[in-house]
Amino acid sequence: MTAATYTRYEVLRCFRNVRFFIFSLGFPLILFYLVAGSNRHATTDGIKFPLYYMTGMMSWGAMTAALAGGARIAAERSVGWTRQMRLTPLSVRTYFQAKILSGYLLACCSIILLSLAGLSLGVHLSIGKWLTVVGLILVGLIPFTVLGIVLGHVLSTDSMGPALGGVTTLFALLGGSFGPLAQHGVFHSVIECIPSYWLVQAGKIAYTGHGWPAQAWIVIAVWSVVLVRLARFVYRRDTARV
Amino acid sequence: MTAFDAGRRDGILLSGLVKSYGPVRAVQGVDLHIAPGETVAMLGPNGAGKSTTIDMILGLSTPDSGSVSLFGLKPADAVHQGLVAAMLQTGSLIRDLSVRELLVVMASLYPKPLAVDEVLEITGTTEFAQRRTHKLSGGQTQRVRFAVALVANPDLLVLDEPTAALDVEARRDFWAVMRGFAERGKTVVFATHYLEEADAYAERIVVMARGTVVADGATAEIKARVGNRTIRATVPGVQRADLEQLPGVVALDVRADAITLTCSDADAALHRLLRAYPDAHGIEVRGAGLEEAFMELTADPSEVAQ
Repeated sequence: MTAATYTRYEVLRCFRNVRFFIFSLGFPLILFYLVAGSNRHATTDGIKFPLYYMTGMMSWGAMTAALAGGARIAAERSVGWTRQMRLTPLSVRTYFQAKILSGYLLACCSIILLSLAGLSLGVHLSIGKWLTVVGLILVGLIPFTVLGIVLGHVLSTDSMGPALGGVTTLFALLGGSFGPLAQHGVFHSVIECIPSYWLVQAGKIAYTGHGWPAQAWIVIAVWSVVLVRLARFVYRRDTARV
Repeated sequence: MTAFDAGRRDGILLSGLVKSYGPVRAVQGVDLHIAPGETVAMLGPNGAGKSTTIDMILGLSTPDSGSVSLFGLKPADAVHQGLVAAMLQTGSLIRDLSVRELLVVMASLYPKPLAVDEVLEITGTTEFAQRRTHKLSGGQTQRVRFAVALVANPDLLVLDEPTAALDVEARRDFWAVMRGFAERGKTVVFATHYLEEADAYAERIVVMARGTVVADGATAEIKARVGNRTIRATVPGVQRADLEQLPGVVALDVRADAITLTCSDADAALHRLLRAYPDAHGIEVRGAGLEEAFMELTADPSEVAQ
């Protein structure tokens, strides 16, 4: 009775789903090559464009992957598999851990692929800086992984595609993945309370060198706690209905 | 003897189960005791409350009142200990694993699973064991769902209309495997609205209608509650007066040589008939099938009154 076998196969399933894999990993990679490849020698605010764009795509790609990991629950619900699993000794904790782990592994793949793509376009980044960037992105992913689980419990498989697209685009837009929004004022203060903003900031550490301020940690922590509560609520509601 | 062993001896105990969905009283007061090792069919028309009762047995839903005890444990605890497995009425398989891999995963979750190869073999899934679960036909999927329940090697196996998607041959195979499993001393509860299945594969039938148990007994007993059997035969030169003398006959019909006897004791009537008319032929004895018993037992009294 081990959680290891279950988790291992759960990760395997995640990586075998070709459509899922291409959307989660391929999109940011293709976008990076298309946009950064054609602006290889350009600079933005004195920063080499491929580096600038690579970090943006890293936070976006990782966010997409983390969200999609939990969202796969919708497919399992639709075929009645969650009910089947509730008849096994598998603990709810292991069930979710496996989902979260697969989401994180996908996110890591996305980050590594984009880093290699960056290297191929001549991006230079010290190991130390790279580790800081990746480490903080991984921390910033926590609320998105949980949000994926929430979506997996409230949406159907049919509505999941558009919903995931919408949610990731909205968060990416507000967070500044597609370019910074307001730099000052009330709107900026609002944006600073959105976790994707800090994901994007984590990527920017690659060239600004500034780590996360205390506010970043607080924003990520608050969103995580609230979303975990919400996930617990929707899980209970979902299982009580049947 | 430990408390657990004592509980295990108790088998399955349902007392005063009630469950409503909004205004619909799906189950209204079910009491049932199933001893370990019994194979019990829950028979009833759609909407009789079979699936709702099964959901409560499995702990998938909570009764509004009443209680469920599985081997002396709450359903959730019995499930957690791996004592229970089920093939639910609806549902399919998760994708992106082969049949074998899926069984390996499921086996890994239980304390004393059956060997995956053995389960593949007995459920007839070996030939497509390497195929991905989302590339199976409906019948194959159903076999794999059964394999998923079996590999758990549970003490209680619950099957909710398990043969719905199977053809005749697959159905026969299915019940043969189920029987083999039950012979290992396992408790099996299955819901069905196929009367012949309940008749052929259960030792005991619990008939449900309108959310309650309307009959509960050995299969033969349930049939006996309706009782009458019919004898048809061709009897050359038959005399109506002789037939009226036969024991256990409640009604008769004679058309030339062809007779139809409705009997409360068909055995006695037939013995005497053959002694009087040794050249009787084309004899056909039809039990009041379970179907008649079923119709009678599940008929809504308010409808009969009209």
